[in-house]
Amino acid sequence: MIPLSWYLYLAAGLFGLGLYGVLARKNAIAILMGVELMLNAVNINIVAFWRYLTPENMGGQVFAIMVFAVAAAEVAVGLALVISVYRRRKTVAADEINLMKW
Amino acid sequence: MSFWQDPIGFLGEIIRNFLFNLLPEAWATFIFTLLSVVIVASFGLIIVIFLIWVERKIAARFQDRLGPNRAGPYGLLQTFADIVKLITKEDVVPEKADKLTFNIAPILSVVAVLLIWAVVPFAPGWIGTDLNVGVLYIAAVGSFGILSILMAGWSSNNKYALLGAFRAVAQLISYEVPMLITLMVPVLLARSMGMMEMVQDQDVWFIVLAPVSGLIFMVSSIAEVGRTPFDLLEAESEIVAGYHTEYTGMKFGLFFAGEFLHAFTVGVLFAIFFLGGWRGPGAEEYRLLGMVYLMLKGFLGYFIVMWVRSTLPRIRIDHMLALNWKFLTPVSLSLLVLTAILDKIYGETALRIPALLAGNAVVLLLGYLIMRAVSRRQTKERPTFKKRPVAKPA
Amino acid sequence: MTAEQGVFIFTSFLTLFSGYMTVTRTNLVHSALFLVVALFGVAVIFVLLDAGFLAVVQVLVYIGAIAILMIFAVMLTRGNVTDEQESVSPFFGWALLLAALFAFALIVMLGQWQDVAAQAPALSAERNTVAELGAALVSPEAYVIPFEVASVLLLAALIGALVVARPQKKKR
Repeated sequence: MIPLSWYLYLAAGLFGLGLYGVLARKNAIAILMGVELMLNAVNINIVAFWRYLTPENMGGQVFAIMVFAVAAAEVAVGLALVISVYRRRKTVAADEINLMKW
Repeated sequence: MSFWQDPIGFLGEIIRNFLFNLLPEAWATFIFTLLSVVIVASFGLIIVIFLIWVERKIAARFQDRLGPNRAGPYGLLQTFADIVKLITKEDVVPEKADKLTFNIAPILSVVAVLLIWAVVPFAPGWIGTDLNVGVLYIAAVGSFGILSILMAGWSSNNKYALLGAFRAVAQLISYEVPMLITLMVPVLLARSMGMMEMVQDQDVWFIVLAPVSGLIFMVSSIAEVGRTPFDLLEAESEIVAGYHTEYTGMKFGLFFAGEFLHAFTVGVLFAIFFLGGWRGPGAEEYRLLGMVYLMLKGFLGYFIVMWVRSTLPRIRIDHMLALNWKFLTPVSLSLLVLTAILDKIYGETALRIPALLAGNAVVLLLGYLIMRAVSRRQTKERPTFKKRPVAKPA
Repeated sequence: MTAEQGVFIFTSFLTLFSGYMTVTRTNLVHSALFLVVALFGVAVIFVLLDAGFLAVVQVLVYIGAIAILMIFAVMLTRGNVTDEQESVSPFFGWALLLAALFAFALIVMLGQWQDVAAQAPALSAERNTVAELGAALVSPEAYVIPFEVASVLLLAALIGALVVARPQKKKR
């Protein structure tokens, strides 16, 4: 009843929002939130393609689970880095963390 | 099918026929579903009124008191008096609070518990929705409870509330780990994550096959509810009232009701996972009987929660975390692996029960021995004066 | 319009709105709470796609762990919570342009693709996709190696996060 295109448009919109968040926000945690939105958009696409094009093969859902695992790992390490940086530099603004910048 | 065998199914069929004759199919389905949701949810909310009275009476007996006995026979109407009091109280919202978040948090805390009742199998065929991932669903909706506490603590703009929320997150997220791992043991034994199949598979109650898992589930569930001895998130002698410090009137009442309902839900879940759910003599035939069995077993679990609550004092925060990460998590992990292996080898033979019981005993014994060795070493390292431990110099 | 379509339209608007609020709010706790709503919307989309297991895992992993960790981190790095200072970088115009272009390009490309109007083939009722998924994850001829690699990755992330976030001992 719902054509495949609706899911893909929704995912495209969500991905655009996430991309804007990653590029425009200053706070490192807000950037991570943008990354989460993008990963979710990708997941919608993966699951929609699984359901509409290859429902007989479970590969689509398996890949979505891999995305979950990678997202969890990314957030754990990312937030640990943010907190560690905050402890030393008292800031979480991404453009002020420029010690390594050439 | 007669009325006495399946009263709810009987009445449901009448209402269903009535609705489908009256309305177009889509609307009838919608209204019938809505009606079922309202019935299951209000069952939970109504039972809370009774639970509060039960808890106050039993807690009073533990403390050698009488408990509420003025309003109505045996104080049965006490809860209604309390509700009237809570409703007529002034509703205070702190000036600098984050209004929307502040108001949503108590609702979310009740909703998180009520959502669990959607997958509780009351009797054969009586279940809100028989999800094939029921166990995982229970763990998932539990996270809304954590979220509500965090929202309440942050939006109150009160340092005690925020401290309570911090403690709550540390405690609840930690104890979710052993709880989820032990829940995998009944899933392994039943070979299904659906709640109905879980109950139907318990020809032998799982408490016989996995007693230590049942114990760990109980302990970590009490921690999830946040009751004594794990009431660090609202420890009144340390941080006023924790995350609900700023709440008054019925909004506080919602947190209160949510906690009571959660405690009873834990009892019911314990009954479903380990005590055979609605199973009992005659339950297949007369479904109401199955519901009575489930409620009785649920109250047994709830009684244990109350018993623990009135017996033990609050534990220290580092002890709470150490108990979780250094004892419950390793023990539950090794139990899961051991159960998987033993059930694979002896699953179909008569040796299933003794093998699993022996496995449980070995894990518990090993855990106890390791804990004892560690605590003895720690005692040795502690500074002493005339063989008595003293506080470490800073 | 069928009921399913109605649910989809409502959920997708809610998700997109919450996503928009997530990337624009100055108050980061509000951002994170809107992120929770957006993630929940994605879980509902998974239910519409007959992937109930993924929907539950989405709630468990994203809302139960990731979003709560985010709120926790926002609170730990306080001082920036109610910060009224500019929360977007000076290049946000370029970011807006790039994101809009990207979304637009995606939508145009989708419009030209032929499979885009495909309808979902019916799933037969006796199929148990959860059991199939479980079998696919651990069977040697399917996806057991990615599964094991993912578990190693999670373990590495666990240890790495501990090492990074651990406070350094003060030098005497």
